[in-house]
Amino acid sequence: MEKRVVFNNKVLPYLLVAPQIIITLVFFIWPASQALYQSVLQEDPFGLSSTFVGLANFFDIFTDDVYLRSIQVTTIFSFSVAAIAMSTALLLAVMADRVIRAATTYKTLIIWPYAVAPVAAAVLWYFLFSPTVGIVAFYLKILGYEWNHTLKGGQALFLVIIAAAWREISYNFLFFLAGLQAIPRSFIEAAAIDGASPGKRFWTVVFPLLSPTVFFLIVVNIVYAFFDTFGVIHAITEGGPNEATNILVFKVYHDGFLSLELGSSAAQSVILMIIVISLTVIQFRYIERRVHY
Amino acid sequence: MVENRPWLTFLTHAVLIVGMLIIAFPIYVTFVASTLTLDEITTSFPLLPGSHLVENYVKALTMGTTEVGATVGTMMLNSLIMALGITFGKIAISLIAAYAIVYFRFRFRLFFFWLIFITLMLPVEVRILPTYKVAADLKLLDSYPGLIFPLIASATATFLFRQFFMTVPDELCEAVRIDGGGPIRFFFDILLPMSRTSIAALFVILFIYGWNQYLWPLLITTDESYYTVLIGIKRMLDVGEGQAEWHIIMASTMLAMIPPVLVVIFMQKQFVRGMTETEK
Repeated sequence: MEKRVVFNNKVLPYLLVAPQIIITLVFFIWPASQALYQSVLQEDPFGLSSTFVGLANFFDIFTDDVYLRSIQVTTIFSFSVAAIAMSTALLLAVMADRVIRAATTYKTLIIWPYAVAPVAAAVLWYFLFSPTVGIVAFYLKILGYEWNHTLKGGQALFLVIIAAAWREISYNFLFFLAGLQAIPRSFIEAAAIDGASPGKRFWTVVFPLLSPTVFFLIVVNIVYAFFDTFGVIHAITEGGPNEATNILVFKVYHDGFLSLELGSSAAQSVILMIIVISLTVIQFRYIERRVHY
Repeated sequence: MVENRPWLTFLTHAVLIVGMLIIAFPIYVTFVASTLTLDEITTSFPLLPGSHLVENYVKALTMGTTEVGATVGTMMLNSLIMALGITFGKIAISLIAAYAIVYFRFRFRLFFFWLIFITLMLPVEVRILPTYKVAADLKLLDSYPGLIFPLIASATATFLFRQFFMTVPDELCEAVRIDGGGPIRFFFDILLPMSRTSIAALFVILFIYGWNQYLWPLLITTDESYYTVLIGIKRMLDVGEGQAEWHIIMASTMLAMIPPVLVVIFMQKQFVRGMTETEK
């Protein structure tokens, strides 16, 4: 795609792109290349000199049980967040697509949590489940279930999953609703005339037509769970108890800022970059296919 | 609706209402807690709002809690400055960069385009330490530029404007040239007014994005007077063995949620548009 009519000016275009390019070079390209460079170095304990160690940092990471555990936790965490947020959103979107009366009211009331910051969402859920003041923890105790996510890893992981999925429901809802409304009514009517029940119509007509949206949202939700949930982990569990909620992004922060293991943190950054790049590529390849349909 | 099934209609509304209640439940409890005294919260948690609403909010806004040196009022202002700085900064630099890429032919045009594209793949979270180091070397720690600049490069905004500019008819550009106008005149008289709806949609998305930033402000602010409200809330929770001042924390959390939620509710049309368009 190229414009037929363009302006001729030798200097102006460079001035126009300059701010964007300078910001990109200073805050994106340079730090990223530093991460790459650091990832092959080993600093001495005093930070005075560093030596080239090749891929030793990467080798260390992949033989480190804590890191392998973190990969496992991240995988469980992100798939659970995607599954919970998407299934709830799909149910609500299918219902909202059916109603005629009060449809906009429902929509408004379901989409606003997207505006709540992940860390604020974390505080809300932390408060509900806090072992000392939490109202849900209190009623669970009455029912005979001891809730203490500061001690029990499984409960902690459950809590951060719920807190992270909660605001993502709104996001998925919006896209599912848009996808549902784009399905021609005549398809559904034809199926109804053939005698298909509402449930059957959903699984044989609506859901297959919605599958592009589903794939798109899976990628977006996993990117969200990988990278945007730092605040949730930081506010609720700080990676604990006993590393049960130590997702990769939190570990990079922890190792880099609190333990000051520069080489290891940089190598982890590089691995995360590879993950984002692959996810972005998947997303774009898929988008391109959607355009060709 | 295809056919009339009363029980199904009933079920539909029931599911939606239950869903909404579950979604709203944490916010409701937070609101209730923000109207109680600390004593009421820790001993008998009533499920109806109490009578300390004004007291708690005023205390949060003007005093904050004892652990955090800044008031929520100051921190809200910091969040606002950061959010608006990011929003306007991103829109401005993306607009002109997209303008250059679409309406001019120059050396390295494609190279620049790809350079901008790469930023999409490098969120702050994957380059935490080196970016912090750059900010420290540039003396940006504990400052508004430090909160804003590293976050204002945006490939999505640039792509959105590029996409939009491609749909603007060439005749408009020709007309300006026949009238003897240059690129600057075309930009301000034609392109900018035509981009209004795209800018509004981006404004909503970027404001929420900016207001909700957490990791970056956490890294570069150590001075309380530059805390954003989300950092402040987290600091209020860090009381160690002491008793967290839940009534103030909850009032602060409500305050921190109000601006972005209001933006979404009152600019819902632009919000939906922005969401579906910026997602490529």
